[in-house]
Amino acid sequence: MPLEALNDFVVKFANVNGSGSASANSMFAKAILRMGVPVAARNIFPSNIQGLPTWFEVRVTEAGHLGRRGGVDLMVAMNPQTWDRDVAEIEPGGYLFYDSTKPLPPSKFRDDVTVVGVPLTAMCNAAYQIPRERQLFKNIIYVGALAALLDIEMGVIEQLLGEQFAGKDRLIAANVAALHMGRDYVAQNLSPLRLRVRRADRVGDRIFVEGNAAAALGAVYGGATVCAWYPITPSTSLAEAFTSYCEDLRTDPETGKARYAIVQAEDEIASIGVVVGAGWNGARAFTATSGPGVSLMTEFIGLSYFAEIPAVIFDVQRGGPSTGMPTRTQQADLLAAAYAGHGDTKHPLLLPADPGECFEMGAQAFDLADRLQTTVFVMLDLDIGMNEWLTQPFEWDDARALDRGKVMTYDDLEAGRDFGRYLEVDGDGIPYRTYPGTHPTKGGYFTRGTSRNPYARYSEEGAVYVGNMERLLRKFDTARRLVPGPIARNATRATRDGVIYFGSSTPAVHEALGSLEHAGLHLDALRVRGFPFADEIFDFIAAHDRVFVIEQNRDAQLRTLLINEGEIDPSRLTAVLHYDGTPITARFITDAVTRLMSERRPMPEAAE
Amino acid sequence: MTYITKPQLHHPQLKPNALGYTRRDYEGAVSTLCAGCGHDSISSAIIQACYELDLPPHRVAKLSGIGCSSKTPDYFLGNSHGFNTVHGRMPSVLTGANLANRDLIYLGVSGDGDSASIGLGQFAHSIRRGVNMLYIVENNGVYGLTKGQFSATSDKGSKSKKGVINHDAGIDLVSLALQMGATFVARSFSGDKNQLVPLIKAALSHKGAAFIDCISPCVQFNNHAGSTKSYDYVREHNEAVNRMDLVPARTPITIDYAPGETVPVAQHDGSILHLHKLAEHYDPSDRVGALAYLQARQALGEIVTGLLFLDPEARDLHENLGTVDVPLNSLGERELSPGAAALARINASLR
Repeated sequence: MPLEALNDFVVKFANVNGSGSASANSMFAKAILRMGVPVAARNIFPSNIQGLPTWFEVRVTEAGHLGRRGGVDLMVAMNPQTWDRDVAEIEPGGYLFYDSTKPLPPSKFRDDVTVVGVPLTAMCNAAYQIPRERQLFKNIIYVGALAALLDIEMGVIEQLLGEQFAGKDRLIAANVAALHMGRDYVAQNLSPLRLRVRRADRVGDRIFVEGNAAAALGAVYGGATVCAWYPITPSTSLAEAFTSYCEDLRTDPETGKARYAIVQAEDEIASIGVVVGAGWNGARAFTATSGPGVSLMTEFIGLSYFAEIPAVIFDVQRGGPSTGMPTRTQQADLLAAAYAGHGDTKHPLLLPADPGECFEMGAQAFDLADRLQTTVFVMLDLDIGMNEWLTQPFEWDDARALDRGKVMTYDDLEAGRDFGRYLEVDGDGIPYRTYPGTHPTKGGYFTRGTSRNPYARYSEEGAVYVGNMERLLRKFDTARRLVPGPIARNATRATRDGVIYFGSSTPAVHEALGSLEHAGLHLDALRVRGFPFADEIFDFIAAHDRVFVIEQNRDAQLRTLLINEGEIDPSRLTAVLHYDGTPITARFITDAVTRLMSERRPMPEAAE
Repeated sequence: MTYITKPQLHHPQLKPNALGYTRRDYEGAVSTLCAGCGHDSISSAIIQACYELDLPPHRVAKLSGIGCSSKTPDYFLGNSHGFNTVHGRMPSVLTGANLANRDLIYLGVSGDGDSASIGLGQFAHSIRRGVNMLYIVENNGVYGLTKGQFSATSDKGSKSKKGVINHDAGIDLVSLALQMGATFVARSFSGDKNQLVPLIKAALSHKGAAFIDCISPCVQFNNHAGSTKSYDYVREHNEAVNRMDLVPARTPITIDYAPGETVPVAQHDGSILHLHKLAEHYDPSDRVGALAYLQARQALGEIVTGLLFLDPEARDLHENLGTVDVPLNSLGERELSPGAAALARINASLR
């Protein structure tokens, strides 16, 4: 029996990289969004310019589940290379849409899948002479055909085409014609599917945006004026978005000059060097990178920690180790970022779960870096960073002031305030600093990575060194109260089981928790949003017999960090790990937690 | 680095400059380098140059990497902020500092190990970006702190203190700076203060990437027969192409038009360089010619010193980036936050 669903199904496009399918597939997703039906879109692409397989998954979800569900209801199979695995991935009763120009043997199909063939290549060859046009318009034709099969409003797609090619009427007309070609073929030759899209009102005022763009906008609002970066997937679009936003929002209207400086550095080391120099001199500065970049930056990160210089690093994580899977997602830089450096170092981490939080934390990171005078990491990943997510609109309070931290001014120095660059004054471990050039005779000091006394004088005295290191620990403890706290989500029934998770796993975890509840498995949940860990996190662990820690890496890095920082008995934390490079799915979490819970005690159903 | 403060006693008859500062106000801590180290002479030249230029000491930001040379910023301009960064990475930190506040004067001090080995990339890129700075390499051709290994500027065929012959080609930082687009390039010798002080003054007045390669003998490890960076060798092979004086903008300018051998060059800030030609036909405005001249003389075993190239119309990184005239670190919420209304428009564009 073919699957039947209204506003609740998964479509996956299997394409060849470089075939120009990305914008067509994205338009398909946005059209459904414009009809008021939430979508969750994921681009799964190779580290390659052209020729290798690429996929784009669109989850149509009136219920608003924004993680991946798992499984595919309609496969748009446009890549012969991956045909077999694509067909195998279709749910029983699902649909297979393909280019039927060339006949395929029956062995290439499945009996339990409805096959929908459209002779796309033949249609393109008949309509277009130029090879590139044949390829590009094929994508638009299949969007037209799918719209007719799924009942997507044609006018919405036409409007999107108009926006995409604004001012280029010839392109708009050509694309609309291709769209209609696909629609008309379906109308004349095929019947609509039992998967349907119907206009709804479930999107509200939410926006659809990439996490990298959101974080970049957060940096603009957070007052960042210096950005130094080196291209690396998946962080590059963050720096590019910052450039674009700055051009629009940070140009002095009177002079046309830039209230920002952006340098594409020669490498990651120079990038963080520029950031450290700018931070030392009182500007808000950041770099965007990924795991390999963090490795290269480590020496400077240690300097930032010890010399106490503000810096912000957006780490858009990808599949490691080494070059690993550079265009796939993981949450595998957690330990590298938390402890980056030689000797004893610790750095605050912010862990956004969606683009909305990327914006908020993107701005907040600069206040924290200035307040704490240290490197602050904002830990995105490819899934959040490079995919468009439906998220709450960005908000900003115009009354919000930038927190510059403890900076002693000319007047402070003139008033005779005792200035010791590394002097503990307020009991929070955070010393005062001066910007270079503040005062002719007071407040000057020498910054160095070597040990020094509270007045910044070089010192190899053991007691002086220990005192300084202890103060840095107090400062880190202060950070515990400043980073975003965890968010709890209690089960509907009292339980001794819990889950801890963070970042891009969040929507899939939330959906899985619903499924588990439905199956009678109740778990309290806690989403970690910052490091150092708040006390509530350790209280949560203490309050539950067993806690599942869900994360997207092989070695359970969050679990390790919890055990290390909270001196937790490892047996209390059970790892649920997904690290194949694709974003975690609700189905994976549900299955894993169900299995693990059944190993410990009989399933509730079995016990009854 | 070790730190020994200097006594505060001043000679009552020390002459103040236009700002009322005496030469002592430009000094720093007592040097802990070896007695006779060329680096101390360079520190002294920096002090003299800043004093003569009437620079407010606290408006100079002095940055360095790691090594003997990088210790020296502690020994001059004691009221300035200094930053002893990490090995070879001073240029990027200086670049960031400069981006944050274009109003300060940036002095990068480095060594041949720091700039020609681990930091070669950062050296080159800071130069090609036109960062407004004076970048001085205190070049002794040897690793002093780690006791005498060759550095990348050691000349091929030169000999270490232990008698080992260097088989690797030496990197000529002056040629590299010229190729990378430095707009002020000079070489000097720590033992020639008459040449070095005016060069430093001119370089500090230059807007753009100014580079001085200063041969600075290491008395402990590289001041022996067989070294090409020893006092004796440099004195015997020094070929100065010119001598110069700098008349600062704030001094009434009178130009000596001595025909034939003195060239007046106006700087961005209004100061005037008086360039006295010594080498016939040498033209410091010809980048290509300078490279050719350097290499020809180098082949003869000569060390060419003086102002080797100058572009008085140079642009700096801030000009290239089109940044506002005020320091970026002085901008407040009003200039930085686009506000809630702009955000509402962005939200609308994302639906």
